[in-house]
Amino acid sequence: MEVPILKQGDFLIATVQAALTDADLLHLRTALVQHVVRSRSRGVIVDVTSLDVMDSFASRTLRDLDHMIRLRGAETVIVGIQPEVAFAMVQLGLRLEDVATALDLEEGLAYLNQKFKSST
Amino acid sequence: MDDETRVRINSDQDIVVARQKGRSLAMALGFSSGDATLVATAISELARNIVSYAKTGDIVLKVIHGSANSGISGIQVVARDNGPGIPDVQQALRDGFSTSGSLGLGLPGVMRLVDEFHIASVESQGTTVSIKKWKH
Repeated sequence: MEVPILKQGDFLIATVQAALTDADLLHLRTALVQHVVRSRSRGVIVDVTSLDVMDSFASRTLRDLDHMIRLRGAETVIVGIQPEVAFAMVQLGLRLEDVATALDLEEGLAYLNQKFKSST
Repeated sequence: MDDETRVRINSDQDIVVARQKGRSLAMALGFSSGDATLVATAISELARNIVSYAKTGDIVLKVIHGSANSGISGIQVVARDNGPGIPDVQQALRDGFSTSGSLGLGLPGVMRLVDEFHIASVESQGTTVSIKKWKH
């Protein structure tokens, strides 16, 4: 299941639309890092609204993605983690550590715009 | 509804299949969506351990019932493999322990997601983890 990546101005938006296998997650990570380089994007939004399970592998891959994007000088925001998914993640002991999160796509864009504005 | 569903675990795709079946079963039994998510997440971690450590195994989902007349139902998930086994189960159940060096919280985390947790492991023979989640 390939995750579509849209370019919107300085940002990239990846919207997860179905359950992702480990291979899909790794593919998404690689594709986003490459796309950030190619399009000289300043920020990346990963919309996980339709993800019904965030297990240890998914959390770790999103954390790695965030770190890789940051090494490129861009920012990542994970948006749309469902309440039940958040509950399960905390019970399981998973942490996204210093990865930025936002309620939804709109909030994620607002976060990046704010960040972008204050850095120029 | 079948009383028992077996999912063969050979690859990362099977992890997704197993947890989706677990969620469907939980929803069919009337679990809250939150509890169904806990069941699906626990299955994902158990199936992941099979793929990471044993390569292949089985996840068996079963509807269970509480003591007679209690009317309580739940789900039992048994994850079984013939992999290398866990040399020190007590250690593996402590938070922060991992032999793959990457996760560090598999089993203790799963234990927190469910109501009952049982593990049996014999070195070089395999591991069986059985969990139960009751409908609240």
